[in-house]
Amino acid sequence: MSKKNLEYLINRKDNQYEVVIGLEVHAQVLSKSKLFSASATKFGAEPNTQVSLVDAAFPGMLPVINEFCVKQAIKTGIGLNAKINKRSVFDRKNYFYADLPQGYQISQFKDPIVGEGKVILDMPNGQKEIGIERLHLEQDAGKSIHDLDPQNTFVDLNRSGVALMEIVSKPDLRSPDEVSAYIKKLRSIMRYLGTCDGNMQEGSLRADVNVSVRAKGSKEFGTRCEIKNVNSIKFMQMAIEYEANRQVDLIEEGKSIDQETRLFDTKKNETRSMRSKEDAHDYRYFPDPDLLPLEVSDEFINELKNNIPELPDDKKKRFIDEFKLSSYEATILVSDIDTAKYFEEVVAKMGKNKDMKLAVNWITGELFAVLNNKNLEISQSPVSAKNLAILVNLIKNGTISGKIAKTVFELMLDGDKDPQKIVEEKGLKQQSDPKTLEALIDKIINDNREKAIEYKQGKEKLFGFFVGQAMKASGGKANPQLINEILKKKL
Amino acid sequence: MSDITKQSLTELVINIKNKKLSSTEVTKAFIERSEKSKELNAYITEDFTSALEKAKRFDQKPNFDLKLSGIPMAVKDLFCTKDVKTTAGSKILNNFVPTYESTVTENIWKEGGILLGKLNCDEFAMGSSNETSFFGNVQNPIDKDLVPGGSSGGSASAVAGQLTPITIGTDTGGSIRQPASFTGTVGLKPTYGSCSRYGIVAFASSLDQAGPMAQNVKDCALLQEVISTYDPKDSTSIDFTRNQYSKELSNNIKGKKIGIPKEYRVDGMPKEIEDLWQKGVQYVKDCGAETIDISLPHTSYALPTYYIVAPAEASSNLARYDGVKYGFRSKGENLIDMYEKTRSEGFGAEVQRRIMIGTYVLSSGYYDAYYLKAQKVRKLIKNDFDEVYKKVDAILTPSTPSSAFKIGEKTNDPVSMYLNDIFTVPVNLAGLPGISIPAGHDSKGYPLGLQIIGKAFDEQNILNIAYAMEEKINFKNKINDWWIK
Repeated sequence: MSKKNLEYLINRKDNQYEVVIGLEVHAQVLSKSKLFSASATKFGAEPNTQVSLVDAAFPGMLPVINEFCVKQAIKTGIGLNAKINKRSVFDRKNYFYADLPQGYQISQFKDPIVGEGKVILDMPNGQKEIGIERLHLEQDAGKSIHDLDPQNTFVDLNRSGVALMEIVSKPDLRSPDEVSAYIKKLRSIMRYLGTCDGNMQEGSLRADVNVSVRAKGSKEFGTRCEIKNVNSIKFMQMAIEYEANRQVDLIEEGKSIDQETRLFDTKKNETRSMRSKEDAHDYRYFPDPDLLPLEVSDEFINELKNNIPELPDDKKKRFIDEFKLSSYEATILVSDIDTAKYFEEVVAKMGKNKDMKLAVNWITGELFAVLNNKNLEISQSPVSAKNLAILVNLIKNGTISGKIAKTVFELMLDGDKDPQKIVEEKGLKQQSDPKTLEALIDKIINDNREKAIEYKQGKEKLFGFFVGQAMKASGGKANPQLINEILKKKL
Repeated sequence: MSDITKQSLTELVINIKNKKLSSTEVTKAFIERSEKSKELNAYITEDFTSALEKAKRFDQKPNFDLKLSGIPMAVKDLFCTKDVKTTAGSKILNNFVPTYESTVTENIWKEGGILLGKLNCDEFAMGSSNETSFFGNVQNPIDKDLVPGGSSGGSASAVAGQLTPITIGTDTGGSIRQPASFTGTVGLKPTYGSCSRYGIVAFASSLDQAGPMAQNVKDCALLQEVISTYDPKDSTSIDFTRNQYSKELSNNIKGKKIGIPKEYRVDGMPKEIEDLWQKGVQYVKDCGAETIDISLPHTSYALPTYYIVAPAEASSNLARYDGVKYGFRSKGENLIDMYEKTRSEGFGAEVQRRIMIGTYVLSSGYYDAYYLKAQKVRKLIKNDFDEVYKKVDAILTPSTPSSAFKIGEKTNDPVSMYLNDIFTVPVNLAGLPGISIPAGHDSKGYPLGLQIIGKAFDEQNILNIAYAMEEKINFKNKINDWWIK
């Protein structure tokens, strides 16, 4: 497939438009306590049960930075191949809202903790590099609940003060598919690092999507619209598709695009204007005088750098080099940290005489199918890596056939049973004793003399018949390779 | 023992320790005098019943190892006190009862102090005359209808009027030193980062600092020793070795070099103030110290800088008073309407003025010209001090450009009101310690103060200088208890 065919373009009569997308991803820092207070961050707690005096902005309360969250942000920066800023500053972003108790959000404006970096995407037409503009730490706001009462709005401050990393990409993305790959890659990196659980249903990962369009080949950027707070990859893709087409239609009609903030209506599948540039808030950013500039030493950064686990790109390279996997196989196995862990455990348990290809096929084939059917994560797999390794080894050393292995695998699902035991208990061991098989085949030839003659006269199709009979007579346990050999000799 | 309320903190501590006085007797004496002094309007909230109970409990099981064993004390109503209403002098917090205690007051109670009540102050500490308080003017014990200064006006009035043996205030641009000067008392603004800001209703976070106010320097040193602690709950609290300020207090300042900054000789400064300053120079010399003429070239920019930085921070700090979570709320048609009504009715005129100024100077398009520039000037002001401290140990200036003025005299002229802070704000901008001590009287018999400014963390040095000068000055406040019928 040529590269050209994979380009995402919007066509109108004679014109082709390219879509330019930049993302501001809000990733909740994986941390037991909040960015500036000791309150818990557990998801799904009763409303207003994880709120300290600081989170609720009581008079005289002061923020104290959570060092763990700082480490998490720096680790993420390292994972994004980004520059770590030894000095960063917390600013106040001032605006009024019922779920913003302080009347300002503590964020980082001019001096973020992480500077420029990059992320590599594996696209069907090759790799693509997406630039990272910056990553900064900020507090989340609370939640306003408007639909519990016709007259009143309720406010839940459990989220108030939870640490977020805002990861801003450069406008390097060009299609909904790239956006999907980018989000998945970011999530994968953060999950490897343990800095964000990436759970989009729980709101741990959401994004503001900046979309603009321009004539194909143009170097100028078009006027962009920002679609606020989209919380699933599917919705991001739908929103981009709708928004890009809306903008192209405006251009085609000779109208101009207003720079504005829009909302994506997931029910109607359309974006709607939220506020125009003129109505944009003046956030009156200024350095938070309650917090000193955040300064980290080289030692502090290096200590974190030295303890960064192997990340997906490196792991993929190693899987290809060390295990001779294809790029495709390696990409699948490293995309999720738990899958990679599972695979590596299978590899370790297979011991010396291992069949890598077979292991990969079993994981991405049978195991993935089961997980899919049962809607399970690999971390919840009903078959442990250890037992899967044993199963693969049983196939590899000829104890059972691939076909029998599927039966064994089915039985393993119930309580993660040891395949070795299943094979023994059910007597599923492959028959590889030539004498036994010869006797069995002699009997079959004897019982089917006429067919044997027909075969010898040239009806070669009948060979399959004899193989089938032999397998049937052995209860499926005969070593198919030996059966072939013996039949060829005897017929 | 008669005239308990005339005793200094140091005397009371000794007398309680020696069992010449019980905490109950002392507490009762100050409560009685406070009750006779309602006309001063020094208190916003009295906590007398509870104070007496605590005093009794102390007497039943006394602990004389503490620094403030059984000493009753009223504090500025900017300090959050657990289960005791804390208003910051504002209608918007009129019904606010904290469930927590400020670190500074906690330190006092841990050393045996007993809360008498909460003292009046300018609304959110914004004012120089205590006239912006929602709870009304405070009278200066020196004379009827005279302002006590601000914003710690209730605190200054209560100490001068002997309603409390000692107190604490907060100082953002002079709010301890100016009222101390106006009432003939001693007030110390410690180095920024010396006293925790945790639990103090914030005005301007980068300038706010709590400090002691007392009848004399030794009492002031003792209270500073108690309230100054490193506090991890305040990110701007500084972990430095703190002196035992009262124990280490010494009047030996021989050979100390005291700077006299020429820029503090401002236009239109009354001759009385100039004369007082000259006398101050003489006192210092009499104590064996040396004076040196110095220059702090950016002094004239301090006031405008302060009136950009402080309102900017305040506009943001006061955003939390929105009627949503606690405090006063006015009914509105919708959220925005509720905000507007709550804040229009809940904040007084001066607070609203400063919120408007602060919002303006932080607005996009004005930020660079005002806030950013002010921050640069602030750095220059700090550099001025760093430079002169290579040559001198401390700086001597007048505390205020005038003595106390009449209630209502400057209400309609905010700029003239702001000028009160002209000698005190540079100290806050530079984060330095400063102390005001009474040094004389003007022709009307109103007290005048001198300010000693120190190096950062050098409270001991300025306390020593103040202590030595105090001895030479031998100041006597002229208070005739005019308000007691």
